[in-house]
Amino acid sequence: MQFISNTSQEKKEILETIGVNRLEDLFANIPRDSLFSPKINGVLRKGISEMEVSRELQSLADKNRTVAQIPSFLGAGAYHHFVPAAVPALISRGEFLTAYTPYQPEASQGTLQATFEFQTMISELYGMDVANASLYDGASALTEAALLAVRETGRRKILVSRTVHPEYRQTLKTYGKSLNIREIPFLNGTTSLDSLEKELDDQTACVILQTPNFFGSLEEGEKIGAMTHAAGSLLIVSSNPISLGILKSPGNYGADIATGEGQPLGISLNYGGPYLGLFSCKERYLRKIPGRIAGMTKDRDGQRGFVLTLQTREQHIRREKATSNICTNEALMALAATIYLSLLGPKGLEEVALLNLKNAHILADKISQAPGFELAFTSPFFNECVVRSAQDPYQIQDHLSHKGIIGGFPLDKFYPDLSDCTLYCATEMNTEKEIESLVAALKQFHG
Amino acid sequence: MDDLNQIKFAKTHEWIAPDGTVGISDHAQKEITDVVFIELPQTGKTVSQESEAGTIESVKAAFPIYAPVSGQVVAVNQDLSQDPSLVNQSPYGKGWIFKLKIADSNELNSLMTHSQYQEFLKSSEPVH
Amino acid sequence: MDKRVPLIFEQTVSGRRGTTFPSSGISVSDAKNLIPEQFLRTGGDEVSLSSFRKEPALLAEVSEPDVVRHYTRLSQLNFSADTHFYPLGSCTMKHNPKINEKISSLPGFTHAHPYQPDEQIQGTLEFLWQLEKMLCELTGMDAFSLHPAAGAQGELVGLLCCRNYFDFLGEKRSTVIVPDSAHGTNPASAALAGYSVIPVPSNKRGRIDKDALRKSLNKDVALVMITCPNTLGLFEDEIQEIAEIVHACGALLYMDGANFNALVALAEPAKLGFDMMHLNLHKTFSVPHGGGGPGAGPVGVRKNLEKFLPDSRIVKEGEKFRTVPESSQSIGQVRSFFGNTGALLRAYAYILSLGHDGLKSVSENAILNANYLLKNLKGNFKPYVDEPCMHECVLSASESAKDGIKTLDIVKRLLDYGFYAPTIYFPLIVPEAMMIEPTETESKKTLDAFTEAMRAILQESKQSPETVKLAPHTTPVRRLDEVTAARNPILRWKRHG
Repeated sequence: MQFISNTSQEKKEILETIGVNRLEDLFANIPRDSLFSPKINGVLRKGISEMEVSRELQSLADKNRTVAQIPSFLGAGAYHHFVPAAVPALISRGEFLTAYTPYQPEASQGTLQATFEFQTMISELYGMDVANASLYDGASALTEAALLAVRETGRRKILVSRTVHPEYRQTLKTYGKSLNIREIPFLNGTTSLDSLEKELDDQTACVILQTPNFFGSLEEGEKIGAMTHAAGSLLIVSSNPISLGILKSPGNYGADIATGEGQPLGISLNYGGPYLGLFSCKERYLRKIPGRIAGMTKDRDGQRGFVLTLQTREQHIRREKATSNICTNEALMALAATIYLSLLGPKGLEEVALLNLKNAHILADKISQAPGFELAFTSPFFNECVVRSAQDPYQIQDHLSHKGIIGGFPLDKFYPDLSDCTLYCATEMNTEKEIESLVAALKQFHG
Repeated sequence: MDDLNQIKFAKTHEWIAPDGTVGISDHAQKEITDVVFIELPQTGKTVSQESEAGTIESVKAAFPIYAPVSGQVVAVNQDLSQDPSLVNQSPYGKGWIFKLKIADSNELNSLMTHSQYQEFLKSSEPVH
Repeated sequence: MDKRVPLIFEQTVSGRRGTTFPSSGISVSDAKNLIPEQFLRTGGDEVSLSSFRKEPALLAEVSEPDVVRHYTRLSQLNFSADTHFYPLGSCTMKHNPKINEKISSLPGFTHAHPYQPDEQIQGTLEFLWQLEKMLCELTGMDAFSLHPAAGAQGELVGLLCCRNYFDFLGEKRSTVIVPDSAHGTNPASAALAGYSVIPVPSNKRGRIDKDALRKSLNKDVALVMITCPNTLGLFEDEIQEIAEIVHACGALLYMDGANFNALVALAEPAKLGFDMMHLNLHKTFSVPHGGGGPGAGPVGVRKNLEKFLPDSRIVKEGEKFRTVPESSQSIGQVRSFFGNTGALLRAYAYILSLGHDGLKSVSENAILNANYLLKNLKGNFKPYVDEPCMHECVLSASESAKDGIKTLDIVKRLLDYGFYAPTIYFPLIVPEAMMIEPTETESKKTLDAFTEAMRAILQESKQSPETVKLAPHTTPVRRLDEVTAARNPILRWKRHG
């Protein structure tokens, strides 16, 4: 299947107009020995019809067993939430889907106004003054926040809690290879305040916290914020946006920069992406924010309109002096989040947060009643909790898989010190019946 | 700065008055067009001649502001954070940018007078 | 008449709902039975913080009909590839086949959790493995990482691999050479990776000045980053010689593949002498741009660089697919999870549909269409270099600028004619530049209409210059005041004022 409109007659006319005999004359300057040729036994085949593509990929999709078909208790930074039908229906409109970055604002008001609404919602949700038009994902948002703190303070030491998502910390290390990044250990599932106190000094650019953290536990934001500010450092907080339906926002305890993974806001799991990096901060860092930002202004008739603004921070102007190298945002995912939040409203967000809180606590109660299973920490949690088991977490995962259940996340991969622990998640998607069948399966494994 | 003959100009289009006040030339503000933001140096900062002391931004571009001579920044024009257009309206007056305590007044000799600067403009490329 | 669409917040009616959930049976005040009150929005008394509030976040209170109408109306304010010719140079705004959207919304794919065990997601791993192999075959590279979220992140990955490579060799090299015609992300990414950047000028033929390059090269240079075809839409016809010069001094050669639409299934970058490259799947491989993302920027490398690629690669063992743990020499991760899998799936469906034969017709027709526009317009606008172009052409409107009509005015007027604007004022080395990329999917008819519009605007520039200077006239808003937006940024709506 090809998507070329010109007929061979039209192509002939074009060639005549250009004044060359053969198409090849137009790229005769490409060295002959570099021309492409299909490989024998290669994976590239000749083109096939739409019908065949559809059939082939449907059969690949059928090889997956996903959270769409069987109960899942996996979270760990990517969550299975309910997505109202209006979200995919609206973001798949071609006018949104197939537009580019709004470089000509007069012909891009739809994307720009939606971005402005998105920025408003995210800054509101996180209790911050301003938000950008989004970054790649939660990891890139957190990393860019740390880089901003380094630029702002002129300090090069970064303190990051070990309870921050391990992949976010890995991303931070990759970007911040020249920085002094120190990890703060945890105690009972939350950041050790004593260890933090010892590491905090006048060289510390920022303290990075996630709450609810990777274990689902809630961090002492207020205490940590006060300690951080006393050292003249910036507090960076990464939060699951759904949790903010009931929890205090990072702005409430003094975060200077608040970030998050926006995937829970109406975005599919999609094996890791595309997701949505949420980035918000205090107004005083306005001109140091990475990525794109939409602003409100007026047109020549005095009518309200929206533009990309503060672009001088960006690479197409500053080149090697730019604030960051980020060029694209995740506009379509930001649109999904905007529509999701509009549909839910303040009440709906509160409801979904309560459902998560309640289901996770039912899950925790029931699992810890099963012999051989107990909660690893006693710290308060939102929609995930860490379960310690007498049996090997990977074997339990296998066993559940055979029972048609996607189990929790064995923590061994990132925390060898928690190799007997599994992170279980429950969202509004998990029914009490599912939780009961999980616990029954766990009991079976034990017995 | 009513008397342009009192001030000296750098090839990078900054001016400096005998008292150490620094701004950008009328020619430069026209080339930059509408100034939207100025990143001011911190008071107390020491700068050397021709080093970058701040940035001046239009919608589509950002230009470094170089220190015309070495010295210490003793004051910055806070009014510019509220109204950066002062640089366009009054480049030699209300649009001043910062004030230096000049470290070595001999360095002023390396700069141009207003008439020399006018000649220089005729013979050189625009700012961007 | 007030034509503006009210913000979603301005449509709020207290108590209106767009979605409801089954009852949880608990209220926020009950939540304190599960978690201490100090964590709840309603608890505590930290009123000293100005941002403290106990009320829920200010979100709109609207119904589903409100939401559907609002965002449908907003969508109608956009130009897009589905609705308009969108000749935005360097952005490859080709048709995005609808089959890709259907495939990428199959629940079997969309509902795969990134931490599911490999045996549960064999279908996903299989297409990812296949896609990597396809990209290898198309470029001649030995391995691809599908991890980067976008082109700029791909550049960073390439640069970090390069850094690890020289660390591995025990060589200290601290500079990267970037031509003056390059996109700004190249120097920005190089700086982020800790390199200092040396620009090299272009010659009169619009190609890299080989002599200047030779002079800049030394044992401190790690990488030379080249966009090929370059941002003038020209093929770097001395690239193989350049590769030799670069390699002779021990440095690596990187290809920014933003313009790969001109080369796909036509030439192999590895055979041109490149050691590594990134591809923008949202350009060449038809992933829709979504108003600015998501994209995907896979990075391909030669064998000797493979071990430095980011983590999470997929291997095939017998008939099974498996993710492999990180290699100790890997640069690590630049994002969370595997990659922008949803975008990768669209690219896979696209390559499957077209096949190598179809992809060859992509590059050929992209080149054909661009040369047709060049031929049609070069009598009116001066090309920077007068020779056949690749997939896009760069023209200058500096003649019109003499009459006080700038490139910006011309492209704003284009909007009134129903065409999106070309990329303008880029590359920086061309005065009053217009970079026009028609792509292979546009028809001769469309290109003819575009040509007519451009000529008509030139006429207007002479006969009624104000019409052009004040354009656009027919868009939802007129020309917008960007100066005020940047001087006094208003970046969010506020409840009062």
